[in-house]
Amino acid sequence: MARRDVAIVATAQRPNQVGSTLTSVELILPVINEVIEKLGIERQKIGFWCHGSCDYMSGQPFSFVAAVDAIGAWPPIIESHVEGDGALALYEAWVKIQTGECDVALVFSNGKTTSGPIDRILNLQADPYMVTPLWPGFDSLSALQARACLDSNVLTEADMAEVAARSYRDALNNPIAYAKENVTAEQLLARPYVTAPLRAHDCGVPVDGANAVVLAAGDAARGLAERPAWIRGIDHRIDTQRLGARSMTESFSTAVAAHKAGVGDDRIDVAELHAPYTHQEILLRRAMNLGEGTHINPSGGALVSNPAMAAGLARFAEAAESVFSGSADRVLAHCTSGPMLQQNLVCVMEGE
Amino acid sequence: MSAATTPSTPGADGIFVAPLVVEYPYKRTVGTLLSRFFLSLQEGRLEGTRGSDGRVFFPPAEFDPVTGRALDEWVTLPETGTVTTWAWQSVPQPNQPLEHPFAWALITIDGTEVPMLHAVDAGDIGRIRTGSRVKVRWAAERSGGVRDIACFDLLEEAS
Repeated sequence: MARRDVAIVATAQRPNQVGSTLTSVELILPVINEVIEKLGIERQKIGFWCHGSCDYMSGQPFSFVAAVDAIGAWPPIIESHVEGDGALALYEAWVKIQTGECDVALVFSNGKTTSGPIDRILNLQADPYMVTPLWPGFDSLSALQARACLDSNVLTEADMAEVAARSYRDALNNPIAYAKENVTAEQLLARPYVTAPLRAHDCGVPVDGANAVVLAAGDAARGLAERPAWIRGIDHRIDTQRLGARSMTESFSTAVAAHKAGVGDDRIDVAELHAPYTHQEILLRRAMNLGEGTHINPSGGALVSNPAMAAGLARFAEAAESVFSGSADRVLAHCTSGPMLQQNLVCVMEGE
Repeated sequence: MSAATTPSTPGADGIFVAPLVVEYPYKRTVGTLLSRFFLSLQEGRLEGTRGSDGRVFFPPAEFDPVTGRALDEWVTLPETGTVTTWAWQSVPQPNQPLEHPFAWALITIDGTEVPMLHAVDAGDIGRIRTGSRVKVRWAAERSGGVRDIACFDLLEEAS
């Protein structure tokens, strides 16, 4: 069966914040309404709704069921939920459109990352017998990875600080970014370690956020957007969950996903990489052979606002917007999940 | 789950925020391989399994990562190993192996190739490095689990 052409045709993101007192429905509703209003379509035209979020973060099982209030369940809708980042929900929606069961799908995600100690909550994703009982947290696991990269001269602390300085400066131009600062790498290197060898600027800032994107197939997409961001390749790969058996200095799953998604077939103008840690951006760039010609994370990336479970879909929204505006022709969106770049989803999109 | 142990407090916008502490005290069966492994830890021994290519896995692998064959050859290992990478936990968090600043490390037990995660009681950040030699410190009371290893201690190095 030939693949259907599918594109992102609209996006909406709420400004990232800390300490939100909104419920998940209140977080989601505005972005759902905004993205539908942008398209000017009837809700009934949306054949599939797909949600990404994490019950552990809301502290209650089936918390995502409440989110249906934000999309409306009457007349009946077809919807699904992914216990993970919204980017993985986007993958599900893309597959759903491929089956021919619908032409238009709305994907949304939310994360109230500051409701609890996110580093400890995400620890529950680790091996329940050998890792979780030690309660390492993602920051310290990522610090182990960073040290291995430093030891093997894959990168330097100055390289890591350069990533942070560029991200914090680019965020000054992004109205929804949370952390922003006109700062140099030299200034950042003078700041103390948090979990050595990581400093505060090396770790993504946990924030509360929500976003939504609409996917459409073929002529439906052309009718909904002036310049749709066509998905040319999308692939999701996973490294072993056994931490010690994984390479600390290369991301194999990213390299495979990038190859399958066709990253290397042509130049990439803009790459939105979901790198919650500075050294991970460098590992991702290396795994995908992204060079000088590619603008990395013009939004500031997940380093300046990391709404867990929404930060990956945010990369898709940012990359697609650069196609909509005509500022880029061929773009890359990436999402990671799990400790130390365990899972990686890579997508290439193009304008026509 | 405890919802009402402390009072609700209003946020900056006047919306109340109620505390909710969630705990799930599950018991999970660990299966035959980890049962044997946890028993060996409880008895104060490090045991791994040998793979088809001769490599020894610690913690043990149940199936050969190359051939998929069930692994049943057990190997008793020494209590010493080498740090392959480390990070410094300057402010320990609840339930972590040590209550004072310590190092997380991936440690390759002698005679094995794949490292495991644990804590090293290095005392000071200046005392540990990649390549440091370490030795198991057993927990005083052992109940069968990774925490039967309290942490690792640095071995004095010949200078």
